[in-house]
Amino acid sequence: MVVFEKPKSLCDVPLHYCPGCTHGIIHRLVAEAIDELGIEGRTVGVAPVGCAVMAYNYFNCDMVEAAHGRAPAVATGIKRADPENIVFSYQGDGDLASIGTAETVHAATRNENITVIFVNNAIYGMTGGQMAPTTLPGQVTQTSPYGRDVKHCGYPVKISEMLSQLDGPEYIERVAVNNVKNVRAAKKAIKKAFQNQIDGKGFSLIEVISSCPTNWGLSPEKALKWLEENMIPYYPLGVYKDRTAEKEAAAQ
Amino acid sequence: MSEKVLMKGNEAIAEAAILAGCRHYFGYPITPQTEIAAYMAKKMPKIGGCFLQAESEIAAINMVYGVAGAGKRVMTSSSSPGISLKSEGLSYLAGSDLPAFVVNVQRGGPGLGGIQPSQSDYFQATKGGGHGDYKMIVLAPASVQEMASLTVKGFDLADKYRMTAMILADGTMGQMMEPVSLSAVDVKDYDKPWAVTGTKMQRKHNIVNSLSLVPEELEQLNFARFERYKEVEANEVMYEEYLMDDAELCVVAFGIAARVSKNAINEARKAGVKVGMIRPITLWPFPKAPLLAAADRVRQFISVELNMGQMVEDIELAIRCKKPVTLCNRVGGMIPDPQQVLEAILNADKGGNA
Repeated sequence: MVVFEKPKSLCDVPLHYCPGCTHGIIHRLVAEAIDELGIEGRTVGVAPVGCAVMAYNYFNCDMVEAAHGRAPAVATGIKRADPENIVFSYQGDGDLASIGTAETVHAATRNENITVIFVNNAIYGMTGGQMAPTTLPGQVTQTSPYGRDVKHCGYPVKISEMLSQLDGPEYIERVAVNNVKNVRAAKKAIKKAFQNQIDGKGFSLIEVISSCPTNWGLSPEKALKWLEENMIPYYPLGVYKDRTAEKEAAAQ
Repeated sequence: MSEKVLMKGNEAIAEAAILAGCRHYFGYPITPQTEIAAYMAKKMPKIGGCFLQAESEIAAINMVYGVAGAGKRVMTSSSSPGISLKSEGLSYLAGSDLPAFVVNVQRGGPGLGGIQPSQSDYFQATKGGGHGDYKMIVLAPASVQEMASLTVKGFDLADKYRMTAMILADGTMGQMMEPVSLSAVDVKDYDKPWAVTGTKMQRKHNIVNSLSLVPEELEQLNFARFERYKEVEANEVMYEEYLMDDAELCVVAFGIAARVSKNAINEARKAGVKVGMIRPITLWPFPKAPLLAAADRVRQFISVELNMGQMVEDIELAIRCKKPVTLCNRVGGMIPDPQQVLEAILNADKGGNA
């Protein structure tokens, strides 16, 4: 018999996220992974600045709230202080791919033994819908009111593609949470990203393509459709780097 | 090890930090303090510690934030432009009430400035630098021995009051070599029930955080923090008085400026001028009481600084403008020589206050 339960690694509190926002799903997937691996008591999470800023109130493990973009550096400190602990950061696109790009790239290239959950919804949510580093060409936001003009402000940053070019990181995968099949795949990837850390393999980053109905100006259902038709073609899903798999393939 | 060894000021800080139980160092190279990083890079791996060269000063201070959050002794060091970059992190450390130890071996500014000694980060260190209402304990060594002893003291004060302790040195202090005695330190173990070490499923989760969206609560947090700062002001002021018993003129100087001033004071005494010195060792908390007490006895104060006159303001506040305060200074990496300070003293003795 399967009983549907709230993951133990999530606190029993209401989340502040907007209706239809997929942060709730992603929180759940992270918490389920922590539960299933039995690591809650030795896990420390790092919350970002952005919509997930109050994630420290939602995860039941020890939590640290970092300055904007600095979560990978803070996580590095926590991990180096207690290497036996499991450390993850949970960051949005503005945090990870704009103001914190340097911290992201260097934690990856050091193969810092941490897990990074990167939620990409192509917009700044908390501040009310401004252009993000991952906003699509032509996408209308509060600060790209005529659509993102790539001649004026350049192209979106493709973090998974970029980081996979480095020798350092262990595991980079892009997933989405727009339908049941993709949610299940996302769960598998997130769990693997934690397992890698337990196994001492190093830096794992899971980019989760996510929706923002409020700031996209769409209903939750239409937002998921928009995600499927616009974001996934620009940000193809899949494993971008898996060093262990590469090694095994090379050995065969 | 109680016999004296010849060390650079920067190395003395590094070795003292290790003696004080610091096993985590994060930094980014910048002159004139890189010897600290080099020393740590050599030593830490051999004693089970962690030296990590960060990608930037910003990353380094945030790594410090992580280790401090986990309840371990940790430090970073830099020089003026690098401290500006770290200032965001210093504000967050204050907002989260985390203990940390930071060294600023100052160089001339503003901007990229130069690489020669300066004291022009006095305001930045004592008044903030980062955003928000906060203080750091600011320690100003005037010898290589003090570089070491104030480092040990700084780690203890940081833990005791859950705040950042900063060594505010300058290029001279960092680079000069002097005999120093480094003895084993009795490191006091502070209980850190707030640290994020993993719940072990035995307690409620800890949260290290500087965000507080309810203004009533944020106000109370600020009030509580400043109550703690009051304790620091009541208990931790350090200063040295030199020939102040019969002094009619009072030099105020810290760090290298105090050493130069001592020579000038000795010369002035030979000429029969009754001059002494109050040397703040803590720049925050500032030795207000001894200065105010001196204001009833001396005719004039002379602030000797390697900046355009920053500590002057704190002296005037401390003495409630009871007596004139003149400034004797060099900037941009220049150091006043004893002759310049002597002339300032003799001028003050003649009643000049400019």
